[in-house]
Amino acid sequence: MALLEVKDLTTVFDTAQGRIKAVDSLSLSVDSGETLGIVGESGCGKTMLALSIMRLVPGGGKIIQGEILFSGKNLLTLSEEKMREKRGSEISMIFQEPMTSLNPVFRVGEQIAEVIRLHKKIPSREAMEMAVEQLREVGISYPEKRARDYPHQLSGGMRQRVMIAMAMSCRPRLLLADEPTTALDVTIQAQILDLISELKNKNKMAVMLITHDLGVIARTAQKIAVMYAGKIMESAGAGKIFPRPAHPYTRGLMDSIPMAGTEENAETPGYLKAIPGTVPDLYNLSPGCRFYERCSYGDDHCARVHPPLEQIEQEHFVACWKAGQLLEQGK
Amino acid sequence: MTAALFDIKELSKKYTIAGTAWKDKKRVITAVDNVDLRIYKGETLGLVGESGCGKSTLARMMTLLEKPSAGCICFRGENIFHYSGDALKKYRRSVQLVFQDPYSSLNPRKSAISIISEPLIIHKTGDKESRHKTVLDLMGKVGLSEQQAGRYPHEFSGGQRQRIGIARALVLRPEMIVADEPVSALDVSIQAQILNLLKDLKKDFGLTYLFISHDLNVIRHMSDRVAVMYLGRVVELADSRDIYLRPSHPYTRLLLAAAPSSFVAGKSGIAQVKGEADAGGDRGCNFHNRCLYKKEICLEDIPVLKEIDRGIFCACHFAGEI
Repeated sequence: MALLEVKDLTTVFDTAQGRIKAVDSLSLSVDSGETLGIVGESGCGKTMLALSIMRLVPGGGKIIQGEILFSGKNLLTLSEEKMREKRGSEISMIFQEPMTSLNPVFRVGEQIAEVIRLHKKIPSREAMEMAVEQLREVGISYPEKRARDYPHQLSGGMRQRVMIAMAMSCRPRLLLADEPTTALDVTIQAQILDLISELKNKNKMAVMLITHDLGVIARTAQKIAVMYAGKIMESAGAGKIFPRPAHPYTRGLMDSIPMAGTEENAETPGYLKAIPGTVPDLYNLSPGCRFYERCSYGDDHCARVHPPLEQIEQEHFVACWKAGQLLEQGK
Repeated sequence: MTAALFDIKELSKKYTIAGTAWKDKKRVITAVDNVDLRIYKGETLGLVGESGCGKSTLARMMTLLEKPSAGCICFRGENIFHYSGDALKKYRRSVQLVFQDPYSSLNPRKSAISIISEPLIIHKTGDKESRHKTVLDLMGKVGLSEQQAGRYPHEFSGGQRQRIGIARALVLRPEMIVADEPVSALDVSIQAQILNLLKDLKKDFGLTYLFISHDLNVIRHMSDRVAVMYLGRVVELADSRDIYLRPSHPYTRLLLAAAPSSFVAGKSGIAQVKGEADAGGDRGCNFHNRCLYKKEICLEDIPVLKEIDRGIFCACHFAGEI
């Protein structure tokens, strides 16, 4: 059984203009020791998915349907108190902005120790020692000294390391990383991604990595799910999806990225194959395929019915009426 | 290529940070440090580097938003910082800036059409009718429809707002566009649309671009030549092709190794990416603390940008050897 199984999850927001489904009957699973990459553009609901799993959906939003099974137990039926015990100890989350998610008026060591004290009944001195140890583990040099620093004294990369140290301090079984490297420079990004992979392997942890960057996903994830307008459009093992993307949206995303570093692309390429149009308005969704308006293969049927996520080969699921046909044609 | 449109000579910009009450030491930060760069007419020069390397400061000096501490920028042989009166106005018309953030660079109280026509009014170009026609014409060229002219920025998506920003920069028919991270705030599918648009416009209007980005893939896609900056200095300058196929400077190699550049699954473990950018010093190579090849000389002497192969300039004591 998978460590985390999300079944038919729907998270909605009621606003003055009506109800929008940020996450729309979505199902997925992550195993221990595995990284699931969730990729999608802004507004596709990937952050809301993570917050739903943590049961931290912000005001105005609620989960109206589905189950979130964490090692067999439905998180949605837990009391708030029980859920709070899980957060930070068994399920942890890293946020995008290391600048804003640390408290500026406390030393970083204390902030990590606080998490440890909350979940383990140990004296504060011991918690502090553990916090220092944790900083050492995420590759911060002179952890005793750094633990006494305030967030503003650290660089962006260091702050993200502190966030990871905090998230890892109780050895969680599941780590949700929401755009953990988006605010960082590329060289620092590579370091942080390697660190997350290393910790995952060491602790046999499950990781759900959320990002808009396909390159980051390719580098770290074993399984990939592509989200669009609250739904998963394609999900597969990393080895399947990049050589054989089946959904037109996945293919469009890959074509949109100018590639560097490969010999074949040495000739300056002319133009990018951009996906026309923009993300659909969640207030006025048609019953048809979410991607229909931007898709070049759509027909009447696509306009009327959103396709279900169906298996097209082993470990490869696609929500597209035309997927089989497109793969056959090798398009 | 013909004579340089821009000739940047020994350009430096230093900022002094005042001390605080309890830490009363003044600090000087060198944002741009002795940069020499030429931009030729009709080319796209890509400027790449990590945050804090001085690329935006350089852009701001080129558009006269900042004054340099030393050095000069010559536009067609004339020092732009000596311009005044009509010459200054003319220069401002011919060099325009496209900003990174399409959310904060447009006035929320103005409609698209008045945002785009404002430069024309400031520069007293044409009458009301001809301005209206010019703007609508241009909106069509950047992919906005006439019906959208009266709408306000909040009614547009990020990509469309960036189109407005581009139209505003183009309305005075400049020769040169300085694009400071024009696609960084956009989603990938929208990013590709804007990059294609910028390429089209370059052809249609005969523009020269200084294209600034931290994204190596984007830079490669857009640029003829690429300059790599690190802590205020240009460390490598070469044709886009050369720089990606045979990077000479250790920092360029580091950047390329770190960039998620391909969809080969499970490619990880970039052992050579160590450390973080430190503050630049007055002595030695700024990159020495992260460099795999450093020797004693790297701590003492600042390496100069010299031609190591045809058209390949590199600022490293051991360029060509490593």
